[in-house]
Amino acid sequence: MARIELRGISHTYAGGTPALKPLEMVWEDGGSYALLGPSGCGKTTLLNIISGLLRPTVGAVLIDGKDVTRAPPEERNIAQVFQFPVVYDTMTVFDNLAFPLRNRRVPEGEIRKRVEQIGELLEMSHQLGRRARGLSADELQKISLGRGLVRKDVAAILFDEPLTVIDPHAKWLLRRKLKQIHQATPVTLVYVTHDQVEALTLADRVVVMNEGSVVQQGSPEDLFERPAHTFVGHFIGSPGMNFLPCTVEEDAAVVGAHRVPLDANVCAKARVAKGPLVLGVRPEFLRRVEPESRGAIRTTVSHVEELGTHVIASASYSGGADEQDPKELKVKLPEGTKVRAGETLWLELPLSRTTLYADGQAVSGDAAVRAESHG
Amino acid sequence: MDKPINHRAWFLVTPVVAIVAFSAVIPLMTVVNYSVQDILGPDQRIFVGTDWFQKVLHDPELHGALLRQIVFSLAILAIQLPLGVGLALVLPREGWRSSLSLVLVSLPLLIPWNVVGTIWQVFGRGDIGLGGVALNALGIDYNYTANALHAWLTVVVMDVWHWTPLVALLAYAGLRAVPDAFYQAAKIDGASRWAIFRYIELPKLSGVLTIAVLLRFMDSFTIYTEPFVLTGGGPGNSTTFLSQYLATIAVGRFDLGPAAAFSLVYFLVILLFSYIFYTAMNSKGEAGK
Amino acid sequence: MKGSRFLAPLYLFASFVPIYWLVCMSFKTNEEILGKFTFFPTSPTLDNYSTIFTDSSWSQSYLNSITYVTINTVLSVLVALPAAYAFSRYRFLGDKHLFFWLLTNRMSPPAVFLLPFFQLYSSIGLFDTPWAVALAHTLFTVPLAVWILEGFMSGIPREIDETAYLDGYSFARFFVRIFLPLVRSGVGVTAFFCFMFSWVELLLARTLTSVDAKPIAVTMTRTVSAAGMDWGVLAAAGVLTLIPGAIVIGFVRNYIAKGFALGRV
Repeated sequence: MARIELRGISHTYAGGTPALKPLEMVWEDGGSYALLGPSGCGKTTLLNIISGLLRPTVGAVLIDGKDVTRAPPEERNIAQVFQFPVVYDTMTVFDNLAFPLRNRRVPEGEIRKRVEQIGELLEMSHQLGRRARGLSADELQKISLGRGLVRKDVAAILFDEPLTVIDPHAKWLLRRKLKQIHQATPVTLVYVTHDQVEALTLADRVVVMNEGSVVQQGSPEDLFERPAHTFVGHFIGSPGMNFLPCTVEEDAAVVGAHRVPLDANVCAKARVAKGPLVLGVRPEFLRRVEPESRGAIRTTVSHVEELGTHVIASASYSGGADEQDPKELKVKLPEGTKVRAGETLWLELPLSRTTLYADGQAVSGDAAVRAESHG
Repeated sequence: MDKPINHRAWFLVTPVVAIVAFSAVIPLMTVVNYSVQDILGPDQRIFVGTDWFQKVLHDPELHGALLRQIVFSLAILAIQLPLGVGLALVLPREGWRSSLSLVLVSLPLLIPWNVVGTIWQVFGRGDIGLGGVALNALGIDYNYTANALHAWLTVVVMDVWHWTPLVALLAYAGLRAVPDAFYQAAKIDGASRWAIFRYIELPKLSGVLTIAVLLRFMDSFTIYTEPFVLTGGGPGNSTTFLSQYLATIAVGRFDLGPAAAFSLVYFLVILLFSYIFYTAMNSKGEAGK
Repeated sequence: MKGSRFLAPLYLFASFVPIYWLVCMSFKTNEEILGKFTFFPTSPTLDNYSTIFTDSSWSQSYLNSITYVTINTVLSVLVALPAAYAFSRYRFLGDKHLFFWLLTNRMSPPAVFLLPFFQLYSSIGLFDTPWAVALAHTLFTVPLAVWILEGFMSGIPREIDETAYLDGYSFARFFVRIFLPLVRSGVGVTAFFCFMFSWVELLLARTLTSVDAKPIAVTMTRTVSAAGMDWGVLAAAGVLTLIPGAIVIGFVRNYIAKGFALGRV
């Protein structure tokens, strides 16, 4: 249980590549967080700074109010699980789990109790006596996880893409186990991944990173329904958000030959904002409507994918006044919908689900809603 | 990690088998041929069966050489393995320091063996060699040409200087293959340097160490040029090892028959010891595997 | 580990002393070498080196050695790579015995093969060519190469192979683009050992060549004149044989030092 604070952290690797732009962050005691982002966005760097494997070029790390920036990993009450299972294969599973405790000279009796407890939690009690060599990848990762859990003083567990080498079925089981463990033990969990499904299912709060900075953080619903940045809209969701370049009039956005009504405050802000304007709407929320409906745009279906549970149609619309400048968007339709390539489809962009973005940032009529996004 | 059975893997192995068989089988047959015949003249060969074998095996010179050889090889293994591994552990891992160290470490390996012997021959002389003069200056009455113990020590030191880098390079490469995550996890687990060595590095090195043990054993058991150049086998025959013994009866006395017979025996002895070492180290590795 | 920073430089320094001695000798005259002890050549001379450089047989034999050593190294590594992969990934009929048989070849005292090799290579007309020596050396270098490579390859988890096949890689593409980079340090060490063994081996190289393909090691042993052994020239030749080796290891050390690069799988 620990409150981790990052103050003014930024990091540049030797050789000059900036990995992290200055940021501030608080990880609340007992929360489960996911650090989500594409390769190279800085999430592993951030994780290693928290655990102490890396010392940041600028800034301070505080755990429960204490400055630990200079403290080595073993003094930070933090455990870390790596992408690649780290297991001492000359030892038994029991000895593996006991290793961190023995290094800290915990009495044997207590070690035994603790290891058995964790063994049960991980559903590995029957394997405690056997050699660690030759176990499957997911069992090895469980052991790695176990070594983190076994220390009573562990305040936070950090995960660096730990399910990468696990096969899909075991992945699902392990994820469920992780959630169970988090409910049973009040540690702070920080989980790094590039897989949005993992992030959205495992964590209560997701921190999206790109190119060394935090783009947005919030609950999975927040990120899905109210992305504050086009990057978040694009990265989260499968397929990602549609972005329709537009211009803005007094109370509507103009896409090609169509007008899409928007909140007047939003439009006012957008008219003075700098940068290109796009309308963002998720494929899930586009609705099929009668032709010439108010706020709908005309599209022509170009490609249909049947995915069992739903249908994804790619459709083109024109970005210019008369059929010039064709652009593509995707729409998710219910299972069984019959659409064919070449068909005309009128799609409505619902006001409550459509966001205007100026230069990548969401424009909102409400100042308070923007407080969560970083950039 | 269970390996699947796949007999088509033979295709991958064929080039190796072809090349090695070409070089090995025919000559071996020739040697076997010679070992069971007495060649009196160009076309006069008599089959003598196991005569040569018996003669050679009862030769007291052989017994002496064998004993010295065993002591020598054991000493070599006992020194070079820990020293090589220790060296690999302290060599720098990256940057210009690592390049420089690797080059410096490997230099002794790259010197032709007769030159190695020559270097030490002069180096160890009490009158004209850096080593000899230094030792004498320290008050030690060092003379490898006259004193058998000094000769032994010089030969051992020469071999350690010459071949420890082999062990070090193998161990160094093996250590490089340990993923960073292991060291990072060990830090977090609070492991001591010794624990890191014992539980992470040593197990990962076991494969490489098997190679090192076998190589050093085989090579030290068949060593010829360096000690021959350095001491000529002397003083007396105190540093005459098995290869030199073989050379003496083959070339010196031109007894092809006994030479061939001894070659086979020699080879079989190495084979036997290697097999024992190999199985021992592999079963230790297998149990861990 | 405090103080361990000094262990490596200490060993390297001690190890370098005999080499320093060699270099010294190469700049001294024979009289000085045999006459008295001097820490540093009193009147450094380049005579030894000029003897070597002006004599064309030296540069020719240098070239000969480099030729057969290169052939041997390339051949050994190329042939050993697939075989090592087979040993490390599959079980097949007779695999353990085959592996051990390969090792036994490495164990044979080279002296045993002198006469048979001489007869063999003469009879197929390869005597006195770099190919004879290169092939003869493969008897010892190929088993070693297979051995070392197999060890490194076994350290790579099978999951990587399987993931690659799932991703649609053909065996050849997988091997070259994914697998080989992972066993870099093994390939580096192997190449170096093949090179090294072949470069310094004297007995077979001498037996299988006479004039055309005479290697450097042989030319060096001819440094005996009427006045006795030409120590200075021998030392100079020794120094010169160090140079290609140092270059090779400089080239190969990147492979040795890079190590295991599992990360973006």
